[in-house]
Amino acid sequence: MAAKPKRAAAAKRKPQPAIDAATRLKLYRTMVECRLLEKRAHDLFMQNLIKGTSHLALGQEAVAAGFGVAMREDDYTFCTYRGHNHTYVRGVSMTAILGELMGNSAGLMRGKGGSMHLTSVDHGAMGSYAIIGAHLPIAAGAAWSAQYRGTEQVAVCFFGDGTTNIGAFHEALNFAVIWKLPVVFVCENNLYMEYTSIYDVTAVRNPAADRASAYGLEPILIDGNDVDVVYRTAVDALERARSGGGPSLIEAVTYRHGGHSRADPGKYRPDDEVKEWLGKDPVPTYRKQLRGLKIAEKELEKIDAEALAMIDEATETARNAPLPDVDIAWIDVWADGGAQWRN
Amino acid sequence: MAQLTYREAVTAGLAQEMRRDENVVFLGEDVAAAGGVFKTTVGLLEEFGPDRVRDTPISEQAILGATMGAAMTGLKPVAEIMFSDFFAVCWDIVANQIAKTRYMTDGQMSLPLVIRSGNGGGARFGAQHSQSVENWAMAIPGLKVVAPAMPADVKGLLAASIRDPDPVLFFEQKSMYGVKGEVPDDDHVEPLGAARVLRSGSDVTIVALALMVPRALKAAEELEAEHGISATVVDVRSLVPLDTQTILAEVAKTGRLVTVEENPRLCGWGAEIASIVAEELFWDLDGPIVRVTTPHIPLAAADSLEDAMLPSADRIVASVRELVD
Repeated sequence: MAAKPKRAAAAKRKPQPAIDAATRLKLYRTMVECRLLEKRAHDLFMQNLIKGTSHLALGQEAVAAGFGVAMREDDYTFCTYRGHNHTYVRGVSMTAILGELMGNSAGLMRGKGGSMHLTSVDHGAMGSYAIIGAHLPIAAGAAWSAQYRGTEQVAVCFFGDGTTNIGAFHEALNFAVIWKLPVVFVCENNLYMEYTSIYDVTAVRNPAADRASAYGLEPILIDGNDVDVVYRTAVDALERARSGGGPSLIEAVTYRHGGHSRADPGKYRPDDEVKEWLGKDPVPTYRKQLRGLKIAEKELEKIDAEALAMIDEATETARNAPLPDVDIAWIDVWADGGAQWRN
Repeated sequence: MAQLTYREAVTAGLAQEMRRDENVVFLGEDVAAAGGVFKTTVGLLEEFGPDRVRDTPISEQAILGATMGAAMTGLKPVAEIMFSDFFAVCWDIVANQIAKTRYMTDGQMSLPLVIRSGNGGGARFGAQHSQSVENWAMAIPGLKVVAPAMPADVKGLLAASIRDPDPVLFFEQKSMYGVKGEVPDDDHVEPLGAARVLRSGSDVTIVALALMVPRALKAAEELEAEHGISATVVDVRSLVPLDTQTILAEVAKTGRLVTVEENPRLCGWGAEIASIVAEELFWDLDGPIVRVTTPHIPLAAADSLEDAMLPSADRIVASVRELVD
């Protein structure tokens, strides 16, 4: 059974200004939209309208929303194959995401990437990476470029707890620190590397935070289901990176409601654990919190209804889109648009 | 024109492009302050400063990951992987990430980057520091693959690789770093994807790459002088894109093809050329296509053993004579 991680103190480092109501509503709206998007992806899978595999982030919405709202429009996002939400929060349409999952012409990459590779350069969503660890050094490279060009952009790189045990994680952290790069590494610790408890395969209790000191970084361990905490931590780390203070490594403890991927029912997880974490579901928890802050039920209902209308409309548009023209399989290997390797 | 060594031509090519475009940056292990373990980048730090010429830790995944991230966000990075054997520790970034990104993103991302690497045998470094791995790269769609044989091409093809909008793996033959040749002083760029005919003959076409080029030329001279066999020698220069037009035209003239590869036997680049020639030029051939390669054996360190494995001018002569006589 997975051991319970220590609670973090890091988020309490310094007094935080209150988050204003408009930002809170934005955080809530973003989480609700992410939730509906992933649930819809799941439903479309069940209807066999999405093929292959998909890795849903149901339960992890607070991390995507907290960072998405805090980031500057021209910042860069690097995420994993569990990246639908991280891509969505940068402004990519639900239609483009669902279309890509369904492999049709409405898709973000017209089916050439698929669920695990959502990318939208126009939105700063610089790719979803499906080989564990690869995107940490790539994010560091984008941060190096921002540093060199003097643009004050920040690269934010999301990855799972399992990534902390691969070499690229360690290479990227050392590299980012010695070059003082504007990059924020965010470990979403959902307690499982695929099918195995992360605590059974990791030398330290907190897979990312306990490694931070090895790179001269402050350990930052936060409640990844509390969107206010995530947002404040994000604002801090982004500001530090933007002002030349170098990289951060944040471990946000969270939980995925489903299995690792479509093929995994997640039966290895003890029932009590699942029950406990469903009780900490970030979306209804935040909704209740906002009601406590005197935000009107009507206002929240409006957000819920708008999000539902949005996903319904996106689903209809995406599922009715034609298949991609097969000719596109033959283009864009090279910058000239072609695929020629000989004359 | 100046007489430069192969290694000085690397420096000259990099410097030419860094002067021309401030988005060209360079990173690798021991490349800045030390000027490179093969001394291929001496003086670049002094001329271009520490923001553009950067020493890295021994972290090949970080080097190539950072190169890719920089290339997708507006820079034109050049990375050095000290020995091409080390591609084995960062091949994910090359094969899964760099090569496929443009395609998977439906053309959203360009990766104008160059990875230079010391490749090949002859330096007595043993099995893990002597491999010719250009055929690994050739097997993956999305990578351009260049391997120059002479200083002028080192400068010109490196410049073209840096200007190219696609990722290029640039294989420098490490035992040739001391070889001298004439190199144009001015802005010098050689097109990618163009083979060069170095010698025209009538009996056989020898197609070679990198270290095998001077050996093929030596063999051709000996064949002419001692055996009355007239050989064409083609330097392939670029495996991707591959100049099949030049190769096919030259083989059509002589009716015979011998490829000379430093790769171990299986799936070396010569096999692809042999396949193309067999398919498209079969009725013009006067004999079987012959591949001269390193045997399918790791390279030994001892000079006598390594020399017995790598294709030599003598082996090329013997193979051609067997084919032509």
